[in-house]
Amino acid sequence: MNDMRLTERATDMKEIKITAEGVDVFYGDAHAIKDVSVEIEDKTVTAFIGPSGCGKSTFLRCLNRMNDTIDIARIEGDILIDGEDIYHPKVDPVQLRAKVGMVFQKPNPFPKSIYDNIAYGPRIHGLAKTKADLDDIVERALRRGALWDEVKDRLQEPGTGLSGGQQQRLCIARAVATEPEVLLMDEPCSALDPIATAQVEELIDELRQNYSVVIVTHSMQQAARVSQKTAFFHLGILVEYGETGEIFTTPKDSRTESYITGRIG
Amino acid sequence: MPVFWLVIIVLALAAAGYLLGRSRALQSAGGDSRNLHSQPNYYGSHVIMWVTVPAFGLMIVWLLAQPLLIDGRIAAQLPDTAVSEDTTLGLVMSDVRRVADGLDRAVGQGAMTEEQAGSVATELADLREQLAEVGVALGSNVSSDVLNAAQRYRDFKATGSLLMGIVVIALAIAGLILALLRTTNEFRARNVVERGVLTILMFAASIAILTTIGILLSLVFNTIEFFRLYSAWDFFFGLEWAPSFSGRGGASSLGVLPLLWGTFYISLIALLVSVPIGLFAAIYLSEYATPRVRAIAKPLLEVLAGIPTIVYGLFALLTVGPMLVSVFGQNTVGWMSGGTAVMTAGLVMGVMLIPFVSSLSDDIINAVPQAMRDGSYGLGATQSETIRQVILPAALPGIVGAILLAASRAIGETMIVVLGAGAAARLSLNPFEAMTTVTAKIVSQLTGDSDFASPEALVAFALGTTLFVLTLGLNVLALYIVRKYREQYE
Amino acid sequence: MIDMSADGSAPAPAKNSLHAADERTRRRNAAEKRFRAYGVAAIVTGLLALVFLVYAILSNGLPAFQRTVVNIEFTMTQEQFDEAESALLKTRVYTDFFIGALTDSLETRGLDAEFDGGTVERLLGKVGGTLRSHYRENPGDIGQAISFELPASSRVDRYFKGTFTRESVGEGNRFMQPGDLDLVDALAEAGVIIQTFNWQFITGVDTGVDNPGGAGIGASVLGSFMMMIVVLVLSLPIGVAASIYLEEFAPKNWFTDLIEVNISNLAAVPSIVFGILGLAVFIQFMHLPQSAPLVGGLVLTLMTLPTIIISTRASLKSVPPSIRDAALAVGASKMQSVFHHVLPLAMPGILTGTIIGLAQALGETAPLLLIGMVGFVARYPETFLEGFEGPNSAMPAQIYNWASRSDAVFTEKAWGGIIILLIFLLSMNIIAILLRRKFERRW
Repeated sequence: MNDMRLTERATDMKEIKITAEGVDVFYGDAHAIKDVSVEIEDKTVTAFIGPSGCGKSTFLRCLNRMNDTIDIARIEGDILIDGEDIYHPKVDPVQLRAKVGMVFQKPNPFPKSIYDNIAYGPRIHGLAKTKADLDDIVERALRRGALWDEVKDRLQEPGTGLSGGQQQRLCIARAVATEPEVLLMDEPCSALDPIATAQVEELIDELRQNYSVVIVTHSMQQAARVSQKTAFFHLGILVEYGETGEIFTTPKDSRTESYITGRIG
Repeated sequence: MPVFWLVIIVLALAAAGYLLGRSRALQSAGGDSRNLHSQPNYYGSHVIMWVTVPAFGLMIVWLLAQPLLIDGRIAAQLPDTAVSEDTTLGLVMSDVRRVADGLDRAVGQGAMTEEQAGSVATELADLREQLAEVGVALGSNVSSDVLNAAQRYRDFKATGSLLMGIVVIALAIAGLILALLRTTNEFRARNVVERGVLTILMFAASIAILTTIGILLSLVFNTIEFFRLYSAWDFFFGLEWAPSFSGRGGASSLGVLPLLWGTFYISLIALLVSVPIGLFAAIYLSEYATPRVRAIAKPLLEVLAGIPTIVYGLFALLTVGPMLVSVFGQNTVGWMSGGTAVMTAGLVMGVMLIPFVSSLSDDIINAVPQAMRDGSYGLGATQSETIRQVILPAALPGIVGAILLAASRAIGETMIVVLGAGAAARLSLNPFEAMTTVTAKIVSQLTGDSDFASPEALVAFALGTTLFVLTLGLNVLALYIVRKYREQYE
Repeated sequence: MIDMSADGSAPAPAKNSLHAADERTRRRNAAEKRFRAYGVAAIVTGLLALVFLVYAILSNGLPAFQRTVVNIEFTMTQEQFDEAESALLKTRVYTDFFIGALTDSLETRGLDAEFDGGTVERLLGKVGGTLRSHYRENPGDIGQAISFELPASSRVDRYFKGTFTRESVGEGNRFMQPGDLDLVDALAEAGVIIQTFNWQFITGVDTGVDNPGGAGIGASVLGSFMMMIVVLVLSLPIGVAASIYLEEFAPKNWFTDLIEVNISNLAAVPSIVFGILGLAVFIQFMHLPQSAPLVGGLVLTLMTLPTIIISTRASLKSVPPSIRDAALAVGASKMQSVFHHVLPLAMPGILTGTIIGLAQALGETAPLLLIGMVGFVARYPETFLEGFEGPNSAMPAQIYNWASRSDAVFTEKAWGGIIILLIFLLSMNIIAILLRRKFERRW
C-alpha cells in the first residue's frame, strides 16, 4: 500500500497530455471500441495490451485520426490533446498528425533514399529554411533514432535496402524528424528479431525523455520492460489502466489477471 | 463442295467408329463394363481419334500443298511466249487461276457444260464476255496460252481433289479398323485417349507460335522481295513519299521518314491528351473517389475503350475535323485548311486512349502497398503530398510501362488516321496540316487493284515490318518494366 | 549509442493551437484542393468526351432510321394496265397514271398544284418502273385500291431532316427545281408525304451513288454474323484447349515460356498486322477467296485468340486447387479432374471472356480492309455456303465504305450503321455482364 501511494504521487506530478472521454468507435456496424476513457501522461511510455482484436490498435489510430482514412470508421466521444478537442471540425488532421507521430507494425520506409525518408516530413511541414537546416534535422533525427552511426556514410542509398531492425529505427527517426509531441507505436517490434527488438526498446526508453510515447504491444514482457503505465483492453473495453508494475503484480480485474497468467489471449 | 462432303463422310465414319468401338469393348468384357479397363466411352473416343486425326491432318496438309504443286507444274509448262515483257509470271498465274475459277463458275451455274469448259478455245467464243456474265471480271482478253493453262489447271485440280478424297477416306477407314482391332477389355483406352487429348491441347497452345511465325514469314518474305526492287537505303532514309500511280514503271519515291514523322507526331498529340487526363482520372478514382463515384465513373470511362476504332475514325472525320476548322480555319486564324489533320487524329486518338492509360495506371497505383500511404499520413502529409511524393514515385516504373503500351497502341492505330489524318505525306511541324502515317499507307497501298509484285504494293510489307518491329519493341520493353515493378511489391 | 547532445538544444515545438490552421497548413490545403480538382477535371473531361461522342452519333445517325415516303392510294384498272403494256414507252404511261392519281388525291383535299413527269421524277425517282414491276409481279392487284409507300428522293428526304434547305436549290439544278419544294410542302400538309421508319436501312443492301437513299446495312450485318460464327467456332475451342494446356498441364520449360511470350506479345500486335498476315497467308499463299467472311473470320480468330486465352486462363486460375485435389483424391485422372470439375466451374468466366473477345472482333475494321472486305456488295448471298465463301462486307467495313463516299446521304448511313454496330456491341456486353452476375462465385 505504501508503494502505491508513492507512485500515485509521482504520477500526479506529470502533465496530462491526452484525455479520452467516452470514446466509441464503429466500423460499419461493428462496435470496435466501447466507451473508453483514459488519461495519458506526458514524458511517459504508456502501453496498450490485450488479446488480438481487442481494439487497442483501433484506439491508438484514433489518437492521430488515422481512422479518417478508413471510410466506414465512425468515432464518438471526445479526445483532447493539451486540452484541445482533436475531432473539432476546425482541426486539420494534417496539423494534428505533425504533432502526433506514428510508427507502424511493419517497417514501411518509402522507396527513396535514407536521407529523403527522414527529410520527407520536415519538407512537407516546412521545418527547414535551408539545405543546411535540413541536413541538421536529418542528422539529429537519425541520432535520436540510434541509426546515425550505421548509415551516416550511405544516406543516399535506398531506405528499403536496410535490415528489418534498421528499417524500423529509420521509421522511428522519420517520425521524430517532424518534432512531434506524442509518438504512437503500433506493435513496432512484431516484425523484428529479438536483437532488433532490444535495440528498438532501448530507443523507446530514451524517447520518453522528450515525448509522450504510446505503444501497442501483444507482448506482456515488452509492456513490462518499456512502459510506466499500462492499459488492458478486452473486447473493445478498457478493462484496467494503471501503473505497469501494479497491473502486472496486483491486477484488480479478474480478466486482467486471466490475461496476464495466460488463460485468455 | 467436295471438301465439305469429305468432312461429313469422315465425321460419319467417326460416329460409326465410336459406336462400334464401344460395343466391341463391351462385348469383349462380356457385356459388363466393370470388366473393362476404362469406361466404355473411352473406347469409342479412342476410335474417333484414330479415324479423324490422321484423316483431317492429311487433308489439311494436302489442301496446303496441292495449290503449290499445281502452280509449279503449270508454271513450268507455260510456253515462254505467255510471259511477255510487260507482265510477270505471277500476274500470268493469277490470270490462269482466275480463268479457271471463271470456268468453274460457268459450269456451276449451267452456262457451260463440263465438256465445253474443257474444250472451249479462244477462237470459238468470246470467253471474256461469257465469264463476265457469271461474275468473273477479266482485265484483258484471254490468250490461248492462258486458256490452255487454265484448262490444265482445272484438270489437275479435279484429279487432285479426287485423289485426296480417296486417300483421306482410305486413311479414315484404316484408322477405324486399326483402332477396332486394338479394342479389347485389357486395352488401356483412357490413357491413350488422354495422351491424344493432351497432344491436341498442346497443339492448340502452339497456334500462338504458329501465328507469330506466320506474321514473321509474311512480313519477311515480302519485305525481302521489296528490297530487291527498291533500295533499302532509300526506303529507310528517303525524305519523300510519292508512289507513282500507274502501278508499273514510273519512278516512285518510297521514303519511310515522312510516314514515321506523321505517326510519331499524331501519337505524341494523342499521348499529350491521354496521359494527363488518364493519369489524373486514375489518381482520383483510386485515391479520392467514394466507392459510389468509382462504381459509376470507372465503367463509364471504360466505355470509351470498348467503342470500335471505326467509330472514332468517323467522329474525327465528320465531327471533330469540321469543328476544329471552324475554330482554326480560314475564317478565323487560318491555320487549318481542311478537317483532316494531325490535330484531328491526335485529339480523337487521345480520347480513345484515356481509359487505356487510366485503367492501367489505376491497377499500378493500387499495387502500391497501403503501408506507404499510412506512413505518409502518419507524418502529417496531406493526400496530395502523399500521392505526389510517395505514391507516384513508387508507381513511376509501372506508369512509364503503361505509357509505353499506350504509345504502342497509338502507333499501331489505323482507322482513326485513315479517316482523320489525311493522305498527304509531309515533314512539317504544323499540327493543323494533314499528314499520314505508316498504318494509313499500309491500307492505301494494299487496297485497290494494284499488282502484288510491284514495289508500290510490296512497300506495304516493308512498312508492316517497320510497324511490327516498333510496336513489338515498345511492348516488350513495357511488359518488362511492368513485370519488374510488380515483382517489387509481391 | 544515443547522442543526447543533439537534442539538447532541440527547438521547443511551437505550441500552436490545433484549432487555428497556420499559414502553411492553409497553403497546403489549398494545394490539396487544387490537386483534387485536377482529378475531377480529368474525369469530367473524359466523361464529356463520351457524352459528346454519343451525342454526335445519335444526332447524326438517328435520321438514317427515318425515311420520307409518298403515301398514296392508287387503283390500276385492267384497261389501264393493258394500255400501258401495249405502249411503246411503258413506264412513261405508268408515270402519267400516277400523276393523274396524285392530282386527284390533291384535289379531293382541296389543294391545287401544278406538276409534270419531270417534277415527279425529281421528287420520287422512277415511279413508273416501280409501279410497273409491282403490277407485273402481282397481277391480282389490278383493279384493287393499293396503298403505295414510294420513297422520296434523297434531297426531299434531307429537306425534311433539315440538311437541305431552300437556299441550297440553285437555278438549273437538275435534281431539284425551286418550285418543287412548294409542291413538297403542299404534299406534306396534305399528309401525302410522310416520314416512316426506314426498314430498308436495316434489311437492305448497299446501293450505288444513283440511289443513296436506298442503301441498307443488312447484307453486311449478315457478313459480320458469318464472320462471328467462324470466330466463335474456331476461337472458343482452340482458346479453351490452349488455356487448359498452359494452366493445367504445361511443364515449366522453354517451350511453355515461348508460348507465353508469344501470347502476351500477340495481344498487343496492331490489328493491321493481322490483316497483312491474312493477306499474305490466306489469300496469297492458300488462295482462299478474297473478300470472303471465311477469311475475315480466320484473321479475326487469330486476332481474338490471345484475348480469349488470357481471360480463360484467369477463370481457370480462379477455381481453387482444393477442387482439383478433391477430384484427384477419389481416383480421377488429371484430365478427368480438369474436364469434369475445373472446366464446368470456369465456364461462365470463359463465356464472358469469349463474348467480350467477339465484341472486339465485331468492331475491328483495319484487317478487313486488307483482305478486301470493302468491295461493293449489292446482294445477299444465295446459299449458306456462299455466305462464308462469297464476297461480302462487314458492318465496320461497310461504315468505312460509306464514310469515304462524298454524298451526304451516305454519311448519314455511316452514322446510322454505327448505331446498329453499337447496339450489337452493347447487347453482347450486357449479356456478358449478366452472365458474370448470374454465375459469379466467390470462393
